[in-house]
Amino acid sequence: MAVQTQSPTGPTPTPTDAAPSFATTASGRRRKRTNTIMAVVVTVAFLIALIPLISLLVEVVVRGGKMISWDFLTTDMAGVFGDMTTGGVEHAILGTLQITALATLISAPIGLLAAIYLVEYGTGRLAKTLTFFVDVMTGIPSIVAGLFAVALFALLVGPAYRSGLMAAVALSVLMIPVVVRSCEEMLRLVPNELREAAYALGVPKWLTIIKVVLRTSLAGIVTSIVLAIARVIGETAPLLLTVGIVTTVNTNMLDGRVATLPVFAYSQYAQDSQGVGADRAWGAALVLIVMIMLLNLVARFISRRFSIAEK
Amino acid sequence: MSTDVRPDPVDAVAPEPLSDHTKHPGRFGNRLFSGISLASGILILATLVAVAAFLLREALPAITSSTQDIADFTRGLSLGQYIAPLVFGTVLAAIIALVIAVPLSIAIALFIAHYAPKRLAGPVAYAIDLLAAIPSVVYGLWGFYWLVPLVGPFFDWVSTTFSFIPLLADYAPPAKNITSAAVVLAVMVLPIVTAVSREVFLQTPRLHIEASLALGATRWEVARMAILPFGRSGVISASMLGLGRALGETMAVLMILAPFAKGSSFFSWHILQSAQHQTIAANIAQQIREAHGLSVSVLIASGLALFAITLVVNMIARWIVSRRAAFSGAN
Repeated sequence: MAVQTQSPTGPTPTPTDAAPSFATTASGRRRKRTNTIMAVVVTVAFLIALIPLISLLVEVVVRGGKMISWDFLTTDMAGVFGDMTTGGVEHAILGTLQITALATLISAPIGLLAAIYLVEYGTGRLAKTLTFFVDVMTGIPSIVAGLFAVALFALLVGPAYRSGLMAAVALSVLMIPVVVRSCEEMLRLVPNELREAAYALGVPKWLTIIKVVLRTSLAGIVTSIVLAIARVIGETAPLLLTVGIVTTVNTNMLDGRVATLPVFAYSQYAQDSQGVGADRAWGAALVLIVMIMLLNLVARFISRRFSIAEK
Repeated sequence: MSTDVRPDPVDAVAPEPLSDHTKHPGRFGNRLFSGISLASGILILATLVAVAAFLLREALPAITSSTQDIADFTRGLSLGQYIAPLVFGTVLAAIIALVIAVPLSIAIALFIAHYAPKRLAGPVAYAIDLLAAIPSVVYGLWGFYWLVPLVGPFFDWVSTTFSFIPLLADYAPPAKNITSAAVVLAVMVLPIVTAVSREVFLQTPRLHIEASLALGATRWEVARMAILPFGRSGVISASMLGLGRALGETMAVLMILAPFAKGSSFFSWHILQSAQHQTIAANIAQQIREAHGLSVSVLIASGLALFAITLVVNMIARWIVSRRAAFSGAN
């Protein structure tokens, strides 16, 4: 270590690694020592960041894994109370899927159209303002989005109204900015030559956008939307405020509380943090993480398989 | 730009003169389509305004009512007295989280951008980004079952060893204090701070790096004299984005922190003591089930305060970042 002048992080020196020749002066040795120490510090920082990631995944898989069974996935919590170890997450899985689907139905068109506006039409002040505030909106706390839905529907319907639609609106507030930003990036990847070729053939602009721009970037757009879904599917706080928890399946998105996986995990933990509630919470957490990982894999697959960059 | 023969594909402004040709077939379609996409854009801006407006509208009853009206819910505190300790707890938790997360993130971003071999940089960045994909409720479970028992003995040691520092004094197990919650918040904001810092570090002009190397700088000296000064404003805005996230995070705090008793008004600097703090977001999530009528209004008023704080923090962060690069945390 003492005679080595390269960074200790790896055996493969990059061009920037050109080892300065140190004089055997005190300052040269000090600089070399600082260099080595900092390389270690930076590497250790990365390793520290891996601790939560690995321990979390291990905990979820180990603790959640022992709960997973066909029964757990296909029963709801009707008639389960006290220390009963029966019951499962069927209703929560369905609720999560329904609410997320509804949120996607709201967010995807609005987000995509806004991205189209920014890339194809937007010039000047409005586009700049929109870009700025879309970025600002990505930082809205999820609980504020939930409160917004509560406040909105308290005025529109009534203060006691609770429904899947409310949750979907709250999630959309969080999802739309994500969709806009990533779709915008995908649309900007479409080469201008394609648009110009279409214009040269006399195709009107709107048809060019639909038939050329959107078709070219379709894989990227789908990937963006899938990733946005993966982002909001685990949101807890807005769902806690808007749909709470119930013990059975509720397929009516316009009326009544709906169970969802994140809130199910939280409420089981809150009811019984040392016994069977904890187990159910970890089981639900595992199901949720598997769903998110699947969405990420799907997104990767789509962007690999259909990406324009590779054609 | 639009008269350029080969316009930069990244800068895809549709060539104006060319798109003017549609006097005939597609005119209606053009109008309709540009109208809908413009409307979507405006709808997004309107949503942001609506969030503020509806929160304000629902918070007004609490703001205008007297202390007696809300005393049942706040245990005798006025609205200001009720919200102020929550704001204090929120900001304190977020700041402790940043104190932990920012140095780590800078180091990790440097590792990815400057130290790691090219082959490793991609997977390393991906591993950090994975942290952002994990739902907050899972972080809450992890914090409660894994982290709290683990850090308890450490806090105990710190508290007894440094008991002369009031900030660290008087730890009592279990470690359901604001520092534990802040550690989880730190893990949660790590990906965004790292991602933004990394992007900025990667933009350091190659010539700056090569010039420092030519002058005989070591790898660390390149980082300290070329990369870090270049990325300073980026790191600041990344930290503020992280601050915004940490301020608004609900579940991790709700599940880990033992809050102060309802109706007490605490501004405690004892960051290792439990039952001394509470954050706005966790308080809303905890109280909303029993709340109705004016109580909901009180909670929404506290949510409005949170919204205002995070909005300002995010706007400053975005303003700094938008001056230099088209990068956002959304991708």
